[in-house]
Amino acid sequence: MKKLTINKNTKDNIITYGIIIAAYIVMELLINTGHISSLMQGLLVPLCVYVILAVSLNLTVGILGELSLGHAGFMCVGAFAGAFFSKCTQGVIPVDLLRFILAIIIGAVAAGIIGFLIGMPVLRLRGDYLAIVTLAFGEIIKNIINVLYIGKDSSGFHFSLKDSLSLGLGEGGEVIINGAQGITGTPKDATFTIGIILIILTLVIVLNLIHSRDGRAIMSIRDNLIAAESIGINITKYKLMAFSISAALAGMAGVLYAHNLSSLMATPKNFGYNMSIMILVFVVLGGIGNIRGSIISAVILTLLPELLRGLSNYRMLIYSVILIIMMLFNWSPKLINLREKYSFKRLFKKTREVQ
Amino acid sequence: MKKFKKGMSLLLVAAMLTLAGCSSSTNSADNSSSNEPAEAGDAATADGAVFKIGAIGPSTGGAAVYGLAVQNGADLAVKEINAAGGINGTLIEYNFQDDECDNEKSINAYNTLKDWGMQMLVGSTTSGCCIAVAAESANDNLFQITPSGSSVDCISNNDNVFQVCFTDPNQGVGAAQYIGENAVAQKVAVIYDSSDVYSSGIYEKFVQEAANQPFEIVSAEAFTADNKTDFSVQLQKAKDTGAELVFLPIYYTEASLILTQAAAMDYAPKFFGCDGLDGILNVENFDTALAEGVMLLTPFAADAEDDATKAFVSAYQAAYGDTPNQFAADAYDAVYILKAAIEKSGATPDASVSDLCELLKGAMAEISVDGLTGEAMSWDSDGAVNKAPKAMEIVNGNYSLIQ
Amino acid sequence: MSFISYLINGISLGSVYAIIALGYTMVYGIAKMLNFAHGDVIMVGGFTVFFAVSMQGLPTAAGIILSVVLCTLLGITIEYIAYRPLRQAASSLAVLITAIGVSYFLQNMALLIFGANTKAFTSVVTLPAIKLAGGQIMISGETIVTIVSCIIIMTGLTLFINKTKAGQAMLAVSEDKGAAQLMGINVNGTISLTFAIGSALAAIAGMLLCSAYPSLTPYTGSMPGIKAFVAAVFGGIGSIPGALIGGIVLGIIEILSKAYISSQLADAIVFMVLIIVLLVKPTGILGKKIQEKV
Repeated sequence: MKKLTINKNTKDNIITYGIIIAAYIVMELLINTGHISSLMQGLLVPLCVYVILAVSLNLTVGILGELSLGHAGFMCVGAFAGAFFSKCTQGVIPVDLLRFILAIIIGAVAAGIIGFLIGMPVLRLRGDYLAIVTLAFGEIIKNIINVLYIGKDSSGFHFSLKDSLSLGLGEGGEVIINGAQGITGTPKDATFTIGIILIILTLVIVLNLIHSRDGRAIMSIRDNLIAAESIGINITKYKLMAFSISAALAGMAGVLYAHNLSSLMATPKNFGYNMSIMILVFVVLGGIGNIRGSIISAVILTLLPELLRGLSNYRMLIYSVILIIMMLFNWSPKLINLREKYSFKRLFKKTREVQ
Repeated sequence: MKKFKKGMSLLLVAAMLTLAGCSSSTNSADNSSSNEPAEAGDAATADGAVFKIGAIGPSTGGAAVYGLAVQNGADLAVKEINAAGGINGTLIEYNFQDDECDNEKSINAYNTLKDWGMQMLVGSTTSGCCIAVAAESANDNLFQITPSGSSVDCISNNDNVFQVCFTDPNQGVGAAQYIGENAVAQKVAVIYDSSDVYSSGIYEKFVQEAANQPFEIVSAEAFTADNKTDFSVQLQKAKDTGAELVFLPIYYTEASLILTQAAAMDYAPKFFGCDGLDGILNVENFDTALAEGVMLLTPFAADAEDDATKAFVSAYQAAYGDTPNQFAADAYDAVYILKAAIEKSGATPDASVSDLCELLKGAMAEISVDGLTGEAMSWDSDGAVNKAPKAMEIVNGNYSLIQ
Repeated sequence: MSFISYLINGISLGSVYAIIALGYTMVYGIAKMLNFAHGDVIMVGGFTVFFAVSMQGLPTAAGIILSVVLCTLLGITIEYIAYRPLRQAASSLAVLITAIGVSYFLQNMALLIFGANTKAFTSVVTLPAIKLAGGQIMISGETIVTIVSCIIIMTGLTLFINKTKAGQAMLAVSEDKGAAQLMGINVNGTISLTFAIGSALAAIAGMLLCSAYPSLTPYTGSMPGIKAFVAAVFGGIGSIPGALIGGIVLGIIEILSKAYISSQLADAIVFMVLIIVLLVKPTGILGKKIQEKV
């Protein structure tokens, strides 16, 4: 019995990796033979970004069992840290790939550190209170980035929280982060291949964590905190571990996001609570704790508004209706029963497997 | 759960194939076009070729008011041109795509239009999106004219992008100079949106230029996109510091609230704004008495008395049931500027996107266009427009030109 | 003097948050769900009054009644279609996501019906402002009406929940749905009633929000909705007096931080204070501490 479960896990993981690699091969084939629309080609990197975000949030929501509404904040930290690094070193490091890899590491580490610092005080809150505190942190990060001015001139870096004039830049100085105007001219280093590599990296980290001793400790906290504590599991350590890893992965996604656009700004749309909630929607729709589900739902929900473009101004209305219907279809106990009753498996096989 | 996942995977594959297939199918334009280019399409089949003009802006989300105005303004211009026989006898096909005011979605919209076969772009409507899209269009060397992306970053580094509106620094400096030269006030307060590209851009240049002008900035207070209903503190500070003039480099939605709240606290300074303030008189049900005496530097006013504006406003109202704002006028002008550039260069629709762009770039330096938003508009090689802002004052609920 | 006037401005803003938070906390307390669509029901309430009074020329009272009735029906419908099927779902997050779907739906519906142009709302309050200290301090009529409405609603809700049979049923449902059912309480009916009351309160909040800050767009409700959610958590979510206190405190902090620290960083400061309050008192100002059983 035990052996069987292990096999099931491995099999499950192989399928997940398989889906990603198959998707990559199919897309690369389509790109190389020219059978792909510009829209789809433009969407490939964003898709990778959202898949990483969904998987990383699933670590917090599904595996650790804590509701976080500030995931976009970590993405924002990663995006700005990475883009700032790239912008500064654009002339210094001529090899794009090397610079981008360094930017990814910097973005992930920055977001991980912020995640750790935020996690330390707040992870003792529970449920909806934790949710609101993470939402608050996300908004704080966005608000601070919006008034953050960093410039560079011959005498080094200058910081200000007021406006770019108070930086007091010398001759030939350059404003790198310009408050609400953000960072413009980030090199466009993100490619689909790097995106896929980062997804696989994310999956390796998350899946290995889940199936490790640490992962089981984390899940025991989710299932019953007091019981976990009573058998000597260090609650704070494991909570922080899951939370910071999740934040670091979100930061990584942020770097990828920033290097796909030439203008990076912290607007309510991309780094506000709306985005955090959108990532949560990916996770919940795909099944809480279900990594493959997160990937699939992130892809579907990112593509859906684009597929609905033909509906012109009714697009977002129909999108919301589809979202509600998918949620009901996926989660309603009545519909789940109904689906099981009339499932294909059951129609084709006369008897269900005896459990 | 499992079954659902299988269903989702199938759906996903179907979705990918559909998207991938878009490139090969030629008639996808028919269902993705939002503005029924039917009349254009029917007539165009006569000689086959049409100019395909795309437009991008937020038609949903918090900034929808600007995107919808651009959508309609450009649509009106296209319909007029087509009704008059097109550009050099070639008709225009028009397609507008929504970007929800999100940089990434704006690129999706751009790519959708590219798949549709766009040859020229009117967009993006907002600065942030415009900067993002400009990087893509520069890469493709596709001719882009933005009606309202006013940031300098929209046009700098990209010689294929042109603006219809003033750049932000231009407006900030212009406003400061106007206030200084005409001695409108000695003590000036500023209320701006620190989370907005447009507003913070103007604010910055305004403060910079104010140092050279004979007035003093006594208070500069910000608000953010998440905090834009209550302006009592900002107004109170302006009042306490004795500001005679409040400079509002913001959009009219927030400005209408500021005017209401200032009136409620018996504070009546002079209000001075930029082109974002245009439209304040058209806020439905707004008590225009509150806006009495507001001054603004704007290129367009919906109740101007010249024939072109009158004709535009009445046609717009008849077609879309709304009073056009400056964004609509900018987009309308953008299409006519395209027309002028095409006529000047003698470009034909069968040229490649890149060739067309080169031709139009050359023509832009030579043409001078009389539009709704400026007379004798001409362009630098960097893409910025040369036109004179008009200083307007609201008198008796109408804009009137200050001489 | 300016401090007092900032304080009054804070109370004005806070009273608007409080009246929204009352509806939020009511629904959360009974149905145990964060209704992200609450802010958008507020917007619908505002638009209904605008449509009836400013566009159709009906008397203000008729507009208010129409708005309350419509929002009540809307609340019941939303609950029936989008929330009820998921009440027994494996995770309580499922219903949170449909609430977001409903929120998008209402926003886009309003966008299609009324367009994106800002509408200036005509205040439903006719009470003149009170001026003190020679006009230096002013309390607007909207503020007075909002605070009085808050207190009436708060008292009314508290009495309703504690003194009536339906109110007691709500309490029972919020404690334990299964046990309530066994006691013969109609759980579905009770939750419908909760949403009906919550949405009626949203209609009233919508009118007062738009009267105090007279600009109406399809997105008017979303940010105040989030702020009110913060206010409700601040006060101890589920606690009715907590919502009132939380709202007012939030408004005062927001205005004072704008006035004395930084108008650019006001949002960050408000949220920072919230975090500190929650760290010191993890269930909000008036929240009950729940001992968890193993």
